[in-house]
Order: sequence, then structure tokens, then C-alpha cells
Amino acid sequence: MSDSQHKQKTSLHSQATQALPDFHYHTAGKFPATQMTQTDPRRIQNSGLEDESRDQSQSSSTGMRLIVPLQGIVQGRGGLILGSVIPCAMYYILQFYLKRLRSPPNPPEQQTSNPSSPTPSSSNLAELSRSASRSNLLSRRPRLSSRVHSIAKSNDSPYYIGLDKASADPYDRFSNPNGVIQLGLAENRLTLDLIENWITNDSILGAGGGLSVNGIAAYQPFDGMPELKVAMASYMSQVVGRTVSFDPSQIVLTSGATPAIEILCFALADQGNAFLIPAPYYPGFDRDMKWRTGVELIPVHCRSSDNFTLSIPVLDQAYNQARKRGHKVRGILLSNPSNPVGNLMTREILFSLLDFAREKNIHIISDELFAASTFGDEEFVSMAEIIDSEETDKDRVHIVYGLSKDLSLPGFRVGVIYSYNESVLTVSRKMTRFSSVSAPTQRLVTSMLSDTTFIKNYTEKNRERLRCIYELFVEGLNELGIGCTKSSGGFYCWVDMSGLIRPYNEKGELDLWDKLLNVAKVNITPGSSCHCIEPGWFRCCFTTLDEKDIHVVIERIRLVVETCKSPS
Amino acid sequence: MAIEIVQPSVGLSKIAVSETHGENSPYFAGWKAYDENPYHEKHNPSGVIQMGLAENQVSFDLLEEYLESNQEATSWGKNVSGFRENALFQDYHGLLAFRKAMASFMEQVRGGKAKFNPERIVLTAGATAANELLTFILANPGDALLVPTPYYPGFDRDLRWRTGVQIVPIHCESSNNFQITPEALESAYDHARSMNMKVRGVLITNPSNPLGATIQRKVLEQILDFVTRKNIHLVSDEIYSGSVFHSDEFVSIAEILESRNYKDSERCHIVYSLSKDLGLPGFRVGTVYSYNDQVVTTARRMSSFTLISSQTQFLLASMLSNKEFTEKYIKINRERLRKRYEMIVDGLKKAGIECLKGNAGLFCWMNLSPYLNEATREGELEIWKKMMEEVKLNISPGSSCRCSGAGWFRVCFANMSEETLEVALRRLHEFMDRRRNGQKTHDLSALAQVQSFSLGDICRLFGERSKDLKSDLISSLSDSR
Repeated sequence: MSDSQHKQKTSLHSQATQALPDFHYHTAGKFPATQMTQTDPRRIQNSGLEDESRDQSQSSSTGMRLIVPLQGIVQGRGGLILGSVIPCAMYYILQFYLKRLRSPPNPPEQQTSNPSSPTPSSSNLAELSRSASRSNLLSRRPRLSSRVHSIAKSNDSPYYIGLDKASADPYDRFSNPNGVIQLGLAENRLTLDLIENWITNDSILGAGGGLSVNGIAAYQPFDGMPELKVAMASYMSQVVGRTVSFDPSQIVLTSGATPAIEILCFALADQGNAFLIPAPYYPGFDRDMKWRTGVELIPVHCRSSDNFTLSIPVLDQAYNQARKRGHKVRGILLSNPSNPVGNLMTREILFSLLDFAREKNIHIISDELFAASTFGDEEFVSMAEIIDSEETDKDRVHIVYGLSKDLSLPGFRVGVIYSYNESVLTVSRKMTRFSSVSAPTQRLVTSMLSDTTFIKNYTEKNRERLRCIYELFVEGLNELGIGCTKSSGGFYCWVDMSGLIRPYNEKGELDLWDKLLNVAKVNITPGSSCHCIEPGWFRCCFTTLDEKDIHVVIERIRLVVETCKSPS
Repeated sequence: MAIEIVQPSVGLSKIAVSETHGENSPYFAGWKAYDENPYHEKHNPSGVIQMGLAENQVSFDLLEEYLESNQEATSWGKNVSGFRENALFQDYHGLLAFRKAMASFMEQVRGGKAKFNPERIVLTAGATAANELLTFILANPGDALLVPTPYYPGFDRDLRWRTGVQIVPIHCESSNNFQITPEALESAYDHARSMNMKVRGVLITNPSNPLGATIQRKVLEQILDFVTRKNIHLVSDEIYSGSVFHSDEFVSIAEILESRNYKDSERCHIVYSLSKDLGLPGFRVGTVYSYNDQVVTTARRMSSFTLISSQTQFLLASMLSNKEFTEKYIKINRERLRKRYEMIVDGLKKAGIECLKGNAGLFCWMNLSPYLNEATREGELEIWKKMMEEVKLNISPGSSCRCSGAGWFRVCFANMSEETLEVALRRLHEFMDRRRNGQKTHDLSALAQVQSFSLGDICRLFGERSKDLKSDLISSLSDSR
């Protein structure tokens, strides 16, 4: 249709090439939309006007016939341009007029038989939002905030695609041996039996005590029950080997670490302000920290040559660059033990970081979610220990903690903000009204954390099992000729497959990721999702595996590795 | 009373130092007074009685009874697989069993007159989070939501604080019992436009908090027509729908949509919660029910900031799936609330105080406007202060709900025992008596000054009245000198 117009037009006015793209654009953009509305049976009611518009839209030459008489009127140099623009404008006016006439907006088809299910899958969503924005031109749909669009896009990242795929077809040694093996999710199944045993035998729920409605049904403090804060403080200090004691009054409880980090962002930074963050970093931060706060994350790129450890000169450089680009830097976000690399920050670097933050007068958020899940020979040093030895100026340090990783209880949604800044604590407490932990869960967790014998036993066994599976997994990869950086904490290792990717860039990396996911059926997280500057690195979580599954994983990876190595 | 936030050497965000959380209003000040000196039947009988908290304790015994007789269902017991699923469960869709139970509970509360699809239920940690989440999705910073006054004081914080969205009041007047009129809607819309704000939606509470009354079908139809005409959203906060005293007096927006065959339903969103109707605010369970696919998808992703613990979902799934329990609970709870409501309205009437005719909720809307010294916010706060300091009752002044007329108060009645409510009513009665007498003596003393009546003359005039009056009169006269 538009082709014929194109031809006709060029033959008529050969010098008018400038105007052509404009006209072309309008026709191409407009006609399909009109056709779309014609399929709507309701429109037949306005038949008179409808026919007119249909005539115009259906015949490709109608538009041209309009131009010719107009050109006769609008003579001169600009005639052709005006001749093209005016019909288009008229067409828009007509559309607008029709839109006004068509009283209530068209409800989408699926709405007529409510309550129908929304389309849940992420792949459909991209399509959904696109068609929605197009139909905004014609039908009147209530508009959503601009935040919605960034949220709709976020799930396009390989990190989320892989997670979805693995959860849709999960591997099970017995019931689904051909399913996708999930190495993309940092969850720990190694010690569930210990928790389970405690819950069934020792907890207030299991031991026949039942759950009393007293003290759980009514409103509780949004920022957590005092009893749980006391138990949490003691647990946190147990985790760091009693090198520091934590003060319950500096604890704010949230429904998981996700809102804990978001609340800190809301409290510390304005929209458009930035946080520096050592990269590679946990892919979820892009969502958790940026979506609703409007805060920016600026990666501080760590490299394989430094074993992906952070150095102050690199940090300083990133800070200065951010400033040059007009960003106001409000703080640094650390994850220690690092996610996705699994390394720990030394005491020295932590002191230097504190000095750096002081010099620039910025905050430090230290995400220590994996503090108890360390398994190497290195010692974990909490930011709390560093700040403990300082006399003044503690109010720039905020620690994020939770029970999802170290106690394998992500379903319970228990997160912690531990801050030395009274104002931040005050604001955070107020914000917990949007993210409180449910009272029955607080009761249960309080009794669990107060059982220090259980906690001690659990933490030790958990470390042993983490170490064991880590070694087995890395050994398996080594057999395939694949290396890893040395990990000392977390549920994952940071795997170097840069030798296997072709070309040596992000595309090569994603090709390999795709092969592993779709051919080998192993979901791992590509480094690009973690903003790693070097291609070919992957995060592999091994804590969802049973020892018996390791060789299955390694064999599956071997298949892909061999095709990569063989000259194609 | 305000918590001082000093800007520390290392800067905080504008949100952190803003006053938008509104916690410096009398609504919150009253809470502090209560916290410092709470009433207790035995230990502190002259303490402050909390009538500012919309919490439902009238049916605690039913919950207790359920938990006691269903220990198996509410714990994981020996059900090993149940535990594993739950401990690791972090899917933001929520447990399907719980969403199903929630949908059917919402239907039950509405007497089966509306249908709810579990796939459209997005779970949040309380209705507060649900309202904030919807605001994040529907509006950009600087945009406006229209909210009929008087409205729940917490909205100023929940809807505005972190989202940067503005609330533009739809002024409802006492002259027509605070009903929302098409004129009021138009004028609020025009007002917002005149301030260059984009209006993104209307948020109603039905049954209304603080009015304690349901919105009539006709009015709902008008609101729906209005939002359709303006092409904006409608959020219907229905967290008190199960606390309507007679189930047939409540019409949900869901019913209107169904009667319109879901035409144009994509602009409608319902907020619900178990905090009020089931009396479980400590469980922090709220939900967004949207008819708009994109809102459902986005809200679900955003709910990662406000998820409900799997243990709680598991527990409630079994509780709400127990039809026998829920039916009994809803029925008995309605009856008890109605009884309480009648008790407080009768008690207030005896004290000479009228209330707006209500039919729902955990509070009544009390009219003290005839007793104000001046019909202004100051006059209202003066009497509110007296209530706090002399009568030792914490009630919420209408001005904190942005009520346009002065002298109205929200008085909660379900968060205490009947005995405590009686104490509160007795205190109010005595206060009103004192006040009436005081007012008379006040008038008379003024009269006495003007007309130079002798004290004896005045006493003779009112000789038959109480002796108290005489002494009051004397003291008041001596004061005025």
C-alpha cells in the first residue's frame, strides 16, 4: 500500500524527497491502526462517519487525490510540503473527532468475560506493553506511571529469563531428570533438614504449643517486635564470632533484605542521585535500588587481574567520573561476602573504604547477607567491627542483613537494617509500615534465634556442607578445564568461561549462556547481567544441588564445552 | 511530640527530612498521649482511653477458638514437604492456595455478589503497602489523586511520602451527610488542573473511613462515570467491607463492574486487607485486586518490597479455606460490631451528642460542632485538647481527616472491651454535663455583668436547678472579675 504511494509520489514530484519520509511515516503508522479499529463491531453504530473514514483508509490513492487539489491551491515552493502535511493534519483531526464521538473507550477483549486471568508470563508482557502504548493513540486507556515501563522491561534480562525457565521445568533426579538444573538462584537447600527438624520438634508450632492469638493478631510495632530485635542482635553478633556486639535499638526489621535496601535508598538519596557499586554485582540491585527511588547505580569495575577485588584508585576514578557526568554520589554499596564473586573484603580495604567515604562525605551501605555462609580459610570482617573501633563519625555506615541466606529462610521474609545514624533509623522505622514482617513469623523466628545451641550447630554444619559442595563443584569444573576465582563465602562460584566464548564479547557470552540453558538445560547467570566488564564470566550457585547431582551438571556442561572447543 | 530530625553531617534524602509523613498532626499526637498514660481497668483507671485506633478486637475469641481447634492446620506439624515448600518459597505471586482462599473470602464478604479471580490478586504486607504500591504504579511524582474528604489521616503519608504524588481533596459537606457529588468531583478536578497537576485517579474508601458509612450504588455509578469521562483511574479501598453491619447495605465497585459487564473495568483497582475484617493487623496481609493486566503484572513485581511470609500465607490459607469458620466469623462479627455501634451511638445521644448515621466500620463520626466556641479548626482542636486532657479520651479530630466543616471527630469503639467503652461513655457524659452547666453559667455571668443582676437574682432564677450549678456560677463569676 505504502509502496504504491511511494512510487506515485516520486513520479509526481521528484524533487520532494525531503517530504517523503514524513508522509510515508504517517501513512504507515496510521492505516494499520485504523484497520484495527474497524474490526471492532461497536464502531458500526457510527456508520456515517465510519464509512467516510474507511474509504479514506482503505484506498491508498485517496490520500493522493487529496494532495493534488491542495497543491493546486497551495502554489509555490512550499506547496508540495504543505500539500503533504495538510492532508495528514486533516486526517489526524478527523481521527480526533471520531475519537471524541466514540463515547466510552474500548475495553480490551479479555475484559468482557471477567474475571479472566491476566497474562502472567514475562515474554507476553513485552508484547502487551507495546500494543498498549500503540492503542493509546486511539482508544482511551487510563495512563500508568512512567515507572511501569522500566519495570516491564526489567524482566528481559537473561538473569530473569533463566530463572523463569528453570522454575517452569525444574530438574528432579527422579520425577524430572530432563528438567532445567537451577544454578541461577542463590538459595541454600543444603541444611533444610536441620531447620525442618527444629521446626517440627522444638518450635512453638511443632511441639504442640500451638499458636496463640495473643500478641500476634493486634497491631505490632511496624519495625519489629522488641523480643525479635534482641534475639537478632545476639544472633548477628554470634555470626561474626562475638567480635562485635550489636545493639537491638539500632535494628529495624523489614520484610526481607529487598525492602531494607530500598528503604535505605529512599532515606539516603534523592531521585537522580547515585551510589557507587563494585561490579560485578547482584543483578537484583538494578531492580531493588532503582525502580521506585529513581536512584542511579554506577558500577566500579573490578577485574580478573585483581581477582575482582575492589581497590581505592579504581573507586576514586569512578567517583570522579560520576561527578564529571553531573551525578551527585550519595554513597557506596558493598556486598561482603561479595555476590556474585564470593570473595571477602579484608580489614585493610574496609578501613580504606571508610576513609574514602569520610573524605567524600558519603554513606556506606554494607550488604552482609552471607555473613554466616562463609566456608574458606579467610576471616569474614563485618563493617560493624571496623566502625566499632572508631570513636566518631559512625553515622555514615548502614548494614543490611537478613535470614534468607544464612538461615535458608527466604520464605519468611526477615530483613534487617542496622544503622548508626539516629535519623536514618527514625525514617526507616516510619517506612517499615510498608514492609513489616508478619507477627506469627516474628514469634517463630524469635524462638529459633533464641535457641543458641541450635544456631551454633546449624551454622557449623552449614559451613561444612557449603565447603564440601563448593569443593566438589569446582573440582568438576576443573576437570572440564574451567577455572573459578577463589570463593570464601556465599552460595556460588564465579566461573571463567572466557576461553569458550566466540566472539570474545557480550554476544559470545550470551550465546554460550543460551546454549547452556537451552541445550544443556543448566541455568547460570551471565556476567553481563551482573555488569561485569569482562565477558565470559558466569555465576553458578551450587547450594541447590545434591552431591549426587553434581556429576549430572558437569556432564551437561561438558556437552556444550566440547562443541565450543571443537573447531566449527 | 514531633520526632526531631536533625540533618546530620552526612546528608539524607529530601524524603527523609520531609514532613510529608504528617506524623506531627494531632492524629499522631493523640497517640503519644495515650502511649504515655494508657488506661487500664485496674492498674490505671484514670488513664487515656484509646479511641483513635481502628482495630477490631470484638471477635478475638473466634480466632482463638479456631487456632485452638485447628492446630494441625496452622502448624506444619509432621508435614515435611509442606515445610520445604514454605521455607524456600519466595515467589512474588504468593501461594496459590492462599490467593484462592483470599478470593473466595472476598466473595463471601460481599455475599457472593461479586466474583474474584485468584490470578488477579497481588499480595502485599498490609493495605498500607497496597495503597502505596498502586500510587507508585498509577501516578508520577507531582501528579494528583482526588480523595473525598474527610479521609483517613494516614493517606497523607501513605500515598504521598515516597511517591511524590499529591492528594487533592474532593470536598464533601455535612449538609448532605458527606456524600460525594458529581459537582464536588468536577470542582476537585478543575482545582487540580488549575494548579497544573495531572489528575491520575480518584481514591475512595468504601465503607468510608472515617465516616463509617457505605457509599450508595447511585454515587458509585456517578464516580465510575466521572473517572471514565476523565479517563482516569479509580481505586476503591474496601478494607471495611466485611465490617458492614448488614451485608446487604454494601455495594462493591466489583458489583457495579459486573453489572456493566466489565466494560471499561481496566481503570478500576480494589484494595483489601485482613487487618480490619478479620481483626489480624499483626499479620500484615493486604491485597491489590486490579482489572488491569499491566497493573497486575507490575504490582506483582513491585510486591517484592512487601511480601508476606510464607508461614503466614500457609496459616491463613487453611483458615480462610475453612468455610464453616469464615461464614460463622463474618456473621457473628457483623452482629457484634452492630451491637457495639448501637451502644456507642445511644450512649452519645444520652450525653447530647449526635453522630452521622453509620452502617459500617469500627468507628462512628461524632458531631461536636454545636459545642465549639468558634466554628474553626482552632475551635475544634480546643475541644479535642480538652477531650485528651480532661476526659482522657484519644479521638481523631476531623481536621486531621481534612474535613471541611469543624467539630467532627472519629471515635473508634472496637479496640476495647464493652466495660471500657462504658467508662469512655460515662466520661463523655460527665464532660458534656459539666460543659453545658459551664456554658450556662458563662452566659449568665455575661448577662449579669451587662444587666447588673445581683448574684441572688440569678440564683433564684435557676433556684430549682442543682446546687452544683450555683457553686459553678459563683466560681465562674469570681473568675470573671
